Amino acid sequence: MQLIEGLNALSAGLILLTAFGMVATRQVQGVMRFFIVQSAFLAASALLIGVGRGSIHLLALGVITVLAKVIAIPWVLRRMLPSDLYERREINQAINIPTSLLLALLLAIAAEFFLSPAVATSTDPIVRVNLPIGLAGILIGAYTLIARREAIPQLIGILAMENGAFFAGIAVAPDLPLIAELAIAIDVILIAVVIGVLTRNITQTIGSSDVSLMSELREEPRPWR
Amino acid sequence: MIRTVVYNIIQLLFVIGLAPLYAGALSRLKEIIQSRRGPSVFQPYRDLWKLFHKDEVISSETTWIFRITPYLVFVTPLFVTILIPVLTAYPLAFGFMGDMLAGGFFLGLGGFFAALAAVDTGNPYGPMGASRTRMVGFLVEPVFMIVFFTVSFVAHSTIPYIVQQKWVASPAAFFSPSHVLLLIAFLMIILAEGGKIPVDNPSGHFELAMIDESKGLEYSGRGAALMKWGGEMKIMVLTCIFLNVLFAPWGLASDQQFLHVLLAIPLIFIKILFFTVLLVIIESSLAKLRLFRISEFLGAAFIISVAAMIASIFSVA
Repeated sequence: MQLIEGLNALSAGLILLTAFGMVATRQVQGVMRFFIVQSAFLAASALLIGVGRGSIHLLALGVITVLAKVIAIPWVLRRMLPSDLYERREINQAINIPTSLLLALLLAIAAEFFLSPAVATSTDPIVRVNLPIGLAGILIGAYTLIARREAIPQLIGILAMENGAFFAGIAVAPDLPLIAELAIAIDVILIAVVIGVLTRNITQTIGSSDVSLMSELREEPRPWR
Repeated sequence: MIRTVVYNIIQLLFVIGLAPLYAGALSRLKEIIQSRRGPSVFQPYRDLWKLFHKDEVISSETTWIFRITPYLVFVTPLFVTILIPVLTAYPLAFGFMGDMLAGGFFLGLGGFFAALAAVDTGNPYGPMGASRTRMVGFLVEPVFMIVFFTVSFVAHSTIPYIVQQKWVASPAAFFSPSHVLLLIAFLMIILAEGGKIPVDNPSGHFELAMIDESKGLEYSGRGAALMKWGGEMKIMVLTCIFLNVLFAPWGLASDQQFLHVLLAIPLIFIKILFFTVLLVIIESSLAKLRLFRISEFLGAAFIISVAAMIASIFSVA
């Protein structure tokens, strides 16, 4: 049990690290890789807690996470979108990367701070580790969603928020009905598909997936940057 | 007492003697991975031997700083060695002379004099490299501080021996989110301080792109040998802190028997060799960063270390 708690804490640290990584990388492909790694650690954590608490739901959840987030979503996005979107470096971010990282750090501190009274009431080490880092994951994901201008990193921001919620959820509510989790997993894949299709159409129309170029509406065709 | 002094001397000899082998193993492994035919593992020893038998040329324009620096660069890692657990898990004779901050200051002293000597020569490349190392240095410093303070916050001590025993004694503290983040931050510092690839290219021969190497360009003969040896020992000492205090605090001699201390020598060195594999993977899979991206890299290290600090403070409270 102690080993399971330890390994869960290890993956919690790495989940926080990959959340920072998503904020720090410029390359779209790098953001994607960090998301895959984060999902893999999330699945590892779900499997570990499932073994530790003897919960078949969590084991199934871990497997679903691997299938949906580590395999299906990257595959879907890669199939759907032209490959040059992934090689692109995002240069005109709303906020530059060092500042972004500092803001992400502040969000992580806020998550730890606001949850410290809630964490203090629990004696379960898994809850104590997962809850604040899960909230930090949600906030940093939301931040990625706001600060990025390319469509794919924005999508990954949404998915990272979901990862954070999931990570906090498996500690607090381990016996969530499987059907609910299945629905969420399928939802997430659908979100990926919808945003993928949308991004594809945007790219075909304006030749870029930079969302900031879409701030003004015009009828007549205009040469885009 | 006599025994611990003897062990301390063995510890010093371990660092002095095996630091070139560590550097050689690192470059050899890198060349194997990059499918090149590199020099043998023992090449750094041959280089040192060759340099010690060459004449030394010192410019008449230089001052005493230039002459004293090789000795300082050589000696400061040794001071750190007597403060940290290299072979034994219990404090040796000088273990309580200084804490981790003292170790950081000693390494900083060597780096400071190396930078001064580079400016002293008047060689155009020297001051450039010196100012770049200072830039890397002052970005590394806060990360060092926060890593050390977080570690001592968890272990309630800044003495490296006690920190090491803390990790061994309680696996719960060892496997915590803050510990993982600390390890990553410290690894990034080692890469920056050791002049490894995302920050600096140790095998590059292009003066304009050099960060760490260009400080020693004016040295020849014995001075060059001491600078080189000192640099190798500095990386070895940082690796020992990383492995023995933070990452894998196992394999050290836990009792006073002479045989066990001798047995710890190969064990620790094997541990170091495993670490070289990790370093080589990092060095072979990343590209060198542009100069102004280094601040971003070390900024990320800073963020990670502060996150580690926050995680450890709130998990204790």
